[in-house]
Amino acid sequence: MAHLTVEVVYRGIFQKNLAARITRGIVLSSRKAGRWGIAFGRYGDSPQRNGIPAKDFAIVADTKEELEQHMARYEPKELHVTICVDDTLCKGVESWAWYGLQPINRLLLPGGHLLVTSTRSPSELLRDIHRKETPYHLWILPGKASFSGLWVFKEDHTEARALGALAKIAPEFLDVDAVCAAVQEAEWGSGLKAESARKAYERVDARRIQVSEGNDEVPFSFEKPKWWEMREGLTIPAIPVGKPVEGGKGYRPERNPYFKKFTTRTMRPVVNFDTCVKCTLCWIQCPDSCFDVTPEGLYDANMESCCGCGVCEAVCPVKDCITMVNEAAFDDNQSQWEMWRQDKDAYQVWSTEKIRDKVTTERSHGFRYRGQYEEELAVGELGLGGTPVADGIPGENIKRKGRHASVHTDQSTSIVTGVAEAPGA
Amino acid sequence: MAVVTRPAGDAVGLDEQEMLISGSEAVAEALTLADIDVVTAYPIRPYDTVMQAIAKKIANGKLVAEYIVAEGEHSQFEIVKHASTVGARVFCGSSGVGWMYAMEAITVTPALRVPMVALVGNRALDDPGAFGVEHNDALSVRDLGWLLVWIDTAQEALDTTLIAYRVAEDRRVFLPIAISADGAFLTHSQTITRVPPPERVHRFLPAYNRGDLLLHPDNPITVAPQVNEDWVIEIRRQNDEAIKRAYTVIEEVYADFRHTFGRGPENPWFEEYMTEDAEIILMGMGTLSLPVKVAIRNLRQQGKKVGLIRLRWFRPFPYEQLARALRQAKAIGVIDRDYSFGSPFGSGVVANEVRAALYNAEHRPPLIGFICGLGGREVTLEDVNKAVDICYAAASAGRAERATYWLGVRE
Repeated sequence: MAHLTVEVVYRGIFQKNLAARITRGIVLSSRKAGRWGIAFGRYGDSPQRNGIPAKDFAIVADTKEELEQHMARYEPKELHVTICVDDTLCKGVESWAWYGLQPINRLLLPGGHLLVTSTRSPSELLRDIHRKETPYHLWILPGKASFSGLWVFKEDHTEARALGALAKIAPEFLDVDAVCAAVQEAEWGSGLKAESARKAYERVDARRIQVSEGNDEVPFSFEKPKWWEMREGLTIPAIPVGKPVEGGKGYRPERNPYFKKFTTRTMRPVVNFDTCVKCTLCWIQCPDSCFDVTPEGLYDANMESCCGCGVCEAVCPVKDCITMVNEAAFDDNQSQWEMWRQDKDAYQVWSTEKIRDKVTTERSHGFRYRGQYEEELAVGELGLGGTPVADGIPGENIKRKGRHASVHTDQSTSIVTGVAEAPGA
Repeated sequence: MAVVTRPAGDAVGLDEQEMLISGSEAVAEALTLADIDVVTAYPIRPYDTVMQAIAKKIANGKLVAEYIVAEGEHSQFEIVKHASTVGARVFCGSSGVGWMYAMEAITVTPALRVPMVALVGNRALDDPGAFGVEHNDALSVRDLGWLLVWIDTAQEALDTTLIAYRVAEDRRVFLPIAISADGAFLTHSQTITRVPPPERVHRFLPAYNRGDLLLHPDNPITVAPQVNEDWVIEIRRQNDEAIKRAYTVIEEVYADFRHTFGRGPENPWFEEYMTEDAEIILMGMGTLSLPVKVAIRNLRQQGKKVGLIRLRWFRPFPYEQLARALRQAKAIGVIDRDYSFGSPFGSGVVANEVRAALYNAEHRPPLIGFICGLGGREVTLEDVNKAVDICYAAASAGRAERATYWLGVRE
């Protein structure tokens, strides 16, 4: 009698298909040895929105009855393995039905395994990953977060590599040969993918994490009201009007204290206050009202409420004024404007460095032209995700604004997106 | 929907394929096997997963059917209603408020004797905006002549879809059937499911034959003329007779399903789990059977004789069969994943139906209604244990202290 419970924590929409393929692969692989399994997602409002943290699960067991025993919960509460397919989720998971911030390793059993796709080192990741009361293992699958869209899938082998790594982590359930066979047979499978799975199996390595290691921040949490405490008629108090800053020269809106949103962020805007023309577009267009108005009439993206959607970058008319940067590059939610006001030169250095840090700053949301995948494979090692690709959502207008040298130089314009792309696309 | 390349374990059904599919995908597999002709679609979660799975089947050349994206659920149900009258085998579906938006079309379908099959991916009725399962959407048509069946697993989703066409299209019935699948728990969960070969399905499910009711130039008829008090009650009486005949037809069809496929339940109406010697019988519909079964297995180890009756068919309601199955129980607990505000005893819909079914019975044990798991909230093992404790207390007192309890609500 034995069972294996795995969750895949992913970014809503962008990685929906990826997570589903990983959990399907787990069940199909373990079925090779006659085991029973279930692959499922749980949805609420948020998990199927762009970038929102979401989860898929796979449970496999020796017998049907044992599987039922472990399926009989809304979602698993104890996990053998957590697979995190975007390392910015190491900061925690929120908005899963509003119960505060869940550390990425919260549901792991003692001695469990956390597998993260990342280009960062364990010690870098441990700056984000919360401390846990029991030791566990941290595995890193080298690679960038694999992003695509709702109806498309980024065929960069991430799902096959995650399954290969899982064969190393839980060989008693997922034999590597069974994984490779299942990967090859799947409707999305191929021999090349099976090879990727095997390579990941051979290369992936673990580090045991002690109770003293990790981020010591206490995750925020909330008490939910009782039925008789709630207002009737589906009404909730409005968020109060904001407060003036520095004698009315600036303005800071009040924000929802129960829904922080910042873990929904895989990228964040970095603002160049020196080139801002105060046009108000970012402030008006931000769907989350995340901008504070500074006494100078500048707009400071408040990192407590920014969900990283990238609308501000898209609407900003000024070249290089707002740039979306990988969330992993940041350790806190400090005000950029405060930093800028205190020391403008230091801020310039800081922001330039954040924007320049290519390995971590770029996200690709699928392939934008034919041959891009082959190009990425040819330039970089498969395991590292290949060449950084600069265009995508958010940041789709990067090239139109003329920054970031692209992997392809001779450009024409896509009839679909209006974005410049390679000839022959 | 990759095929698991592994032969089925036993002799019967060796020609079946194993697939890892969700409840919604299982319905789409069945629709492909049933070779439906017209399907209409309008997205709403969780039903949209069925619509996507069918679209994929058509796009991949596995199914040839008219796929019509309607501009709303009302049109969705109108289109299939008309297609069915000209002889098309049709499918349609929705969830929650989408189903309610189609209500006018849904209401008139039974009177026209349209044997359509619909999937209701059960969902809470907004507002409050929510996606989780409640059964009030499908239950809202319980009095209108629709046959209503609840399913529990992807396998049952596939099998019941085939059974539903056979029952609906039986000339003795000729009424629409809505299959209810719990949102998320069934629609979005992939499990290993056996898919029979088309030849076997064709033996089980003959072509749809509308006979003298076919709207066709060779068979000139008018459908749905205006009638008033001279005609209406007779038409209702016809429907009443048709749904009564469904009792016999459903028994026959399940027997033939077992004969054809070598699996399927002996008792079409409800699944009985550990009821042979049960002192306490819990009842419910859909996927809440899973935590209840697991809780029962745990309670049995403590010597508590608890069983489950998971109701499949809600319309026609198996009142005689239930009265027989419940005659040994010392107390009955009915878990409703629905509400019926202002109802007798403040109970849920199923609890009061069971109460009514037992009214003429010689043995009427205490019956307690539990309202639980609304809006997709988990029905926990602790909720089930609490229900069992309350039932045991009622059994020893010979009466229920309270008729209805809400479980798992913050109070």
